[in-house]
Amino acid sequence: MWRRSASFILDDERRRTSNSPPMADNTTRAPFQNPDAISAYYQTRAAHHGVITSDWLAQAQAAVGGVSGEEHPDSSVAELGKEKTFNVIEEFNGWRKQPDLAEAVAAIRALAAVIRASEASTMMELEIELKKASDTLKSWDKTSISLTAGCDLFIRYVTRTSALEYEDFNSAKSRLLERAEKFGEISCKARKIIAMLSQDFIFDGCTILVHGLSRVVLEILKTAAQNNKLFRVLCTEGRPDGTGVLLSNELSKLDIPVKLLLDSAVAYSMDEVDMVFVGADGVVESGGIINMMGTYQIALVAHSMNKPVYVAAESYKFARLYPLDQKDMAPALRPIEFGVKIPAKVEVERSARDYTPPQYLTLLFTDLGVLSPSVVSDELIQLYL
Amino acid sequence: MESRRNPRAVVDPKVRQVGFFTSSQPDSTHQPDPIASESHPVASSISPSGNSLSPVMIPPPRHNSSDTFPLRAAAAAASAVSPSSFSYSTRRDFPDGSMTASPGRVSRASFSKPSSSLPGVGMDSMAAAKSSSVPASGLTTVSVVNMPPGLSEKESDQKKNSKPLKEKTTKAERRALQEAQRAAKAAAKAEGGKAPLVSSGSVASTNVKAAKPAKPSSQKNDVAVAAPGPSEKKGGQTEKDRKKDAPHPRMQYDDESRVVKAKRRAVVKQTEAKNRVELFRHLPQYEHGTQLPDLETKFFQLDPMHPAVYKVGLQYLSGDISGGNARCIAMLQAFQEVVKDYSTPSEKTLNRDMTAKISSYVSFLIECRPLSVSMGNAIRFVKNRIAKLPITLSESEAKAALQSDIERFINEKIIMADTVIVKHAVTKIRDGDVLLTYGSPTAVEMVLLHAHELKKKFRVLVVDSRPKLEGQLLLRRLIKRGINCTYTHINAVSYIMHEVTKVFLGASSVLSNGTVYSRVGTACVAMVASAFRVPVLVCCEAYKFHERVQLDSICSNELGDPNAISKVHGREDINYLDGLTNNANLQFLNLMYDATPSDYISMIITDYGMVPPTSVPVIVREYQKEHSLV
Repeated sequence: MWRRSASFILDDERRRTSNSPPMADNTTRAPFQNPDAISAYYQTRAAHHGVITSDWLAQAQAAVGGVSGEEHPDSSVAELGKEKTFNVIEEFNGWRKQPDLAEAVAAIRALAAVIRASEASTMMELEIELKKASDTLKSWDKTSISLTAGCDLFIRYVTRTSALEYEDFNSAKSRLLERAEKFGEISCKARKIIAMLSQDFIFDGCTILVHGLSRVVLEILKTAAQNNKLFRVLCTEGRPDGTGVLLSNELSKLDIPVKLLLDSAVAYSMDEVDMVFVGADGVVESGGIINMMGTYQIALVAHSMNKPVYVAAESYKFARLYPLDQKDMAPALRPIEFGVKIPAKVEVERSARDYTPPQYLTLLFTDLGVLSPSVVSDELIQLYL
Repeated sequence: MESRRNPRAVVDPKVRQVGFFTSSQPDSTHQPDPIASESHPVASSISPSGNSLSPVMIPPPRHNSSDTFPLRAAAAAASAVSPSSFSYSTRRDFPDGSMTASPGRVSRASFSKPSSSLPGVGMDSMAAAKSSSVPASGLTTVSVVNMPPGLSEKESDQKKNSKPLKEKTTKAERRALQEAQRAAKAAAKAEGGKAPLVSSGSVASTNVKAAKPAKPSSQKNDVAVAAPGPSEKKGGQTEKDRKKDAPHPRMQYDDESRVVKAKRRAVVKQTEAKNRVELFRHLPQYEHGTQLPDLETKFFQLDPMHPAVYKVGLQYLSGDISGGNARCIAMLQAFQEVVKDYSTPSEKTLNRDMTAKISSYVSFLIECRPLSVSMGNAIRFVKNRIAKLPITLSESEAKAALQSDIERFINEKIIMADTVIVKHAVTKIRDGDVLLTYGSPTAVEMVLLHAHELKKKFRVLVVDSRPKLEGQLLLRRLIKRGINCTYTHINAVSYIMHEVTKVFLGASSVLSNGTVYSRVGTACVAMVASAFRVPVLVCCEAYKFHERVQLDSICSNELGDPNAISKVHGREDINYLDGLTNNANLQFLNLMYDATPSDYISMIITDYGMVPPTSVPVIVREYQKEHSLV
């Protein structure tokens, strides 16, 4: 399942070195229903989670151990495939192994490395190489919006300097590299910036509802805790990813009072909530966000009860998509296990994410500042024009 | 002075009048003295009452060429200038009350007089003021009525023109005052460095307009009709121009010489319709069917008019060419012909003279049919290009450069823009879609045809409405290509909306606050779609975007032929309203455009990509930046 994820590679190695027995807890994982249809999206999410918690890694190992047979050939094929391409993917994975690094940032760093290591002698050649590398990275996970958006934005940002045409190649290349590094830096620091910006919105005694496991939101809450703010967090269970449990683990380590809710208990608890914080997989042109399944529901409930919904998203997640409705996006499916056997004739809605239109969002916290949803399109137009 | 003051006293709040204004209001507003400016608003409010009696007369459009030369205006004004009287017209010149008034005035298209507030143009404005004041006094409000005669006298002293002119101006002023069309007619005419002139021009135009309305009030319409006709047109033009260049003052219509010229030059003698709806008195409405034969006979006598432009004007008048893109392209191609045949007269610079010529042609086109936003923007572009021509170029080089610029505009902004729009829009069409469209938008037609070529499986619902029944043309073209279509009238739109998956609409213009200004009925379709939670996609090229803002469909619109409503073609048995057009108790209202608020629009597809309605000001800004650099 986690064929190409970095964590899988870690697990794979671990598995090879020592066949670790499955963990005592969590052995009740039923085999995934449609292994073939699992999208890379799920894998990457798993990977993200893996980077965050060690428990998850262990569980992943266990699960991997359970279906070891299929993984091997896939992994080897995947590795071969990677080696063929100019070490973009390796570089990418190298960056990804760093804890806390977002996928898109890893991609950006990898692309910067491409420029550095490039042997091209003209601008055009360099741009073509960049484009190819970016396409490879994007194809690594076709369903990840932030990856695609990050790559596109990087290419756009780096190559839009018109002055490049007039300089000799080397200085142009070093200029490109500079911009690339800067973009990488910005993206790395994005989380810190967002955390800083959002501190003003968390006041003492407030109750925050969090959905999904976004590292940006976690950073925000961490910083708030460090600033000695008193607040409590309600987090949704986040089936099937189980993000609620993970998040509550992390938050309890920080001594933040946490309460776990069922996904269906959101409306019930909305009264006591002061604000909703979510991350985003991608921010689309209309100002809406694409995020883990359930975000739209929560935003609707919050909107109808006049609670603000704040989205924490880095600016490289601004994508040139414009979904008109829920089905207008590239599908990202993930397996859902119910713990019991489901008859074969029963269909399961397996989409992993949904689209929240901009009218239900109050503000976007980005590294560009605290923005209203309509600013996304402005930024994109300025960049792409 | 006194007489000048009188009219002013009449009114005019330079503050814009929105809503129910009769032509008299504008006059009153013009007339008010800057000194009495505070009373203007009051005055204006009173004015309407007077106007209800007289129909809004549209002063004949003044041809820009006459307006462009401040010198003339200055000269004219010089004689008649009395600072105080024109204080309201020229902001700068008159620090007193007029200042306050003028800004307000300037903002209103209808106030031509004040527009001359431009500093250098003080003279012009004064001239304009004079001319406008005269007309205004004639008509507008009851309160104003007294003034007009006073004004007229005064004006007559100063102006070369006497009565008829004044009458025209009064009517014009009235109309102008009423805030004739804020239509998104681009202020192509005035802009391009004629800003100062424009302001005076607008002042002049308003004055003219005011004069016109005044005239009718003084006499019955019938009498006034013929004479004021041309002047009204001019005034109307100024109003429209004003509206077009909403932020800028209009062109100079203050010069009496210009007014005269305009009157002399008015080609299309439009007779004002008599039975008009109160609410829309600020919009020009003419008797249909009277001008075409007249124009046709005059075809060979038109010296100042280029035959290509004349032809296009006739085509507009008869309705042969309709639709934003078609009209714009036809006009630009006519301009290309103009440039080709142009030769600079001695002692004139190419820039100025050509701009003047273009302006005069535009005036003519407005007489035939009010400009659409697309045309306005194109005119602005052409004038901009002319103004930017380097002096060092020889005439033939300049002409070639201009022609290629116009060609490039047509290609890039219209034809290629449409290709890009189609490319974006087809990504939103999925198999199994039921697409609804209204009227006959060219962009949407291209999208549907292209999607069909890409073998997507969808069916189309064409919604149509009287009296134009444009949907039938679209229907024919779609069916010819084998697309599965359903046809219905707008009455049934809520009935069929439940089966629709997406709505594609076209637009005549998109305004800065995201409002879509389009064929009447579009707002209705968009609202019903929004109620059924069906996404509404508007396909519009970026050159049609305009920086003004419109909150309703009333302040700026176009009135069509009322007879088209009363008559139902082919169904003689239900022609109950036939012949009732002149009934005092019944007014027909045939609006051409309406404004759809941005809340009902899901996305706008332009050549800049797919954007939410909130991003229109960004595109307008980027577009202007691009143009200023070009």
